[in-house]
Amino acid sequence: MKGLLAWPRWLWAQLRHEVLVLPSRSFVFFAVLLLLVLPLAYDDPYVLRIITMTAIFAIFAASWDLLAGFTGQVNFGHALFFGIGAYTSALLSHHLGWLPWLTVPLGAALAMMAGFLVGIPCLRLRGSYLSLATLAFPLILTGLLFAFPDFSGGELGVSGLKRILVGTVGNYYVAVLLMLVSCFGMWGIGDSNTGLIFHAIREDEVACRASGINTTRYKLLAFALSGWFAGLSGALFAHFMRVAGPSSLEVALSFQVVIWGIFGGIATIYGPVLAVFLLYPLTEILANIDLFKEIRLLIFAVIVLLVLLFMPQGLTPWIRDKIEVVCPRCKNRNVFTRHQCRLCGAELR
Amino acid sequence: MFQDILVSGLVNSGVYALLALGFSLIFGVARIVNIAHTAFYMLAAYALYGLLVIAKVPFLLAIPLAVAAVVALSLVCYKLVIEPVRQHESAVLIATIALALIFQESLLVAFGGSFRGIPNAVEGVVSIIGVRVSYQRLIVLVVVAITLVATWYLLNRTRLGLAIRTAANDQEIANLMGIDVSRVAMYTVGISVALAAIAGVVVAPVFVVDPLMWLSPLVTMLAIVVLGGLGSLKGSVIGAFIIGYVEAITVFAVPSGSYLKGAVALTIMIVVLLIRPEGLYGVVFEEER
Repeated sequence: MKGLLAWPRWLWAQLRHEVLVLPSRSFVFFAVLLLLVLPLAYDDPYVLRIITMTAIFAIFAASWDLLAGFTGQVNFGHALFFGIGAYTSALLSHHLGWLPWLTVPLGAALAMMAGFLVGIPCLRLRGSYLSLATLAFPLILTGLLFAFPDFSGGELGVSGLKRILVGTVGNYYVAVLLMLVSCFGMWGIGDSNTGLIFHAIREDEVACRASGINTTRYKLLAFALSGWFAGLSGALFAHFMRVAGPSSLEVALSFQVVIWGIFGGIATIYGPVLAVFLLYPLTEILANIDLFKEIRLLIFAVIVLLVLLFMPQGLTPWIRDKIEVVCPRCKNRNVFTRHQCRLCGAELR
Repeated sequence: MFQDILVSGLVNSGVYALLALGFSLIFGVARIVNIAHTAFYMLAAYALYGLLVIAKVPFLLAIPLAVAAVVALSLVCYKLVIEPVRQHESAVLIATIALALIFQESLLVAFGGSFRGIPNAVEGVVSIIGVRVSYQRLIVLVVVAITLVATWYLLNRTRLGLAIRTAANDQEIANLMGIDVSRVAMYTVGISVALAAIAGVVVAPVFVVDPLMWLSPLVTMLAIVVLGGLGSLKGSVIGAFIIGYVEAITVFAVPSGSYLKGAVALTIMIVVLLIRPEGLYGVVFEEER
């Protein structure tokens, strides 16, 4: 009996001492809980569809952050991976009739390959050169797709794809669960030793190399990982929207992900995810109000601009600094209301 | 076909040269990657449309008015939006993207999404050594040539130009030598946007005007600037001619070339970058690692 109770008690202790003590962690915990139980309580298909799309784009934004935020390889052509994921998955199921369960991972894998291949020329470039050169890759692919319309569907793209599951709730859970797994996975990568090396590459690549780290290998790893997750979101998007078109390779999408990433706060993973969860539903809601329908992108841009003027570091770092303080002795985070550090007892502030 | 390539290549290269030069100037002096640069080019084209077609202002008055209005707007944007976040590189980057989106959407609301034509200043064609060129294209070429020479004169023969080049070379040293770097940055923004606006007003009658017209020259311009070497003015002009002619040759000489022109131009850029990562005339910033 005692052994049976140990498990939940341990879990409860973890929850109380590790999660609920910090407002940011409790927020993530309750947000995840809310996402998981929402369809049981409230199954309006319109809301569920918006959240499904949001979850798909959240993977995409987080994957950009892994590459641009952590490793500092600010990619202006991230739509390339999204588009490759979408087109691979769509073409495989369209021409060969394969099921989405097979084509989605294949799309992600091909995007991972693309990330690796794009990473090789990008090794020679730095800073703004890299950003501007990467902008070219999705456009080259778009040109090629338009030049072979019989294979790629040309400007209309590939349509009439199968959904992963039948029904709104099923698709919601596929997208949300994959989003949670991917984003927590990326968060984990960011907190691991590999993530530390990614940070070091962004801060000072020469010093990093001087410390005996093979930066080439890690930069390619960042490109490939980022490509995998972006390709996954692209493939999910194609099967959810049932179409893969040239809009998935557009400059606008590449810029959109840059906006999400920087708006949320780079090198955090949860920042871009939160940004997508705020900004994407906002534009969708604005599109449904007649008064704002025409000017929703305008409102979107103005909001982004205003928020940045007050929080140039992005949204989440700003909020986090307001509600939490770092202990001067042990560098752990505490709620701003505490006077003593919860771990080492040092005076805060 | 050869004549088409020659003429349209020359016109496109000239326009690209103006755009790339302005972008390079801002990047060199203020280290701003100004995504909104071609949005100013579009704004100038629309300003000309508004003045000429709606307000019926005569052509010779409308052009300087349009350019001046766009430059004034750009300075206001710089002061209000870019300057407060100058320290945060990423914030500047999306501030310019957001500005471009705001311009695009405002024009969409004001003028609608349809394509709009602007009447030519002078109708008719002229024949130069057997090549037929419309007067409007000739005007584009003349204006581009005059603007390029004027910019060269400004940068190389005046005190302001010297200050701009110094600030581009090394901000801190320029500051130590008594140059007001933030004011020089301001002037540079003005000059750079003026170049984009001039490009916008001269090509508006040749091309059609629509709220998405900033995207395709943006990509080409970025390719040119990277090809020529970021911050290098000579590189920008030479890069513009390379890309302009490559595009013209692809469009006229390759089957389904109009789809591929962007792809070919960008592939050339990537190949050049693989051989010379700092572009054709770029400087390697060793200290900015």
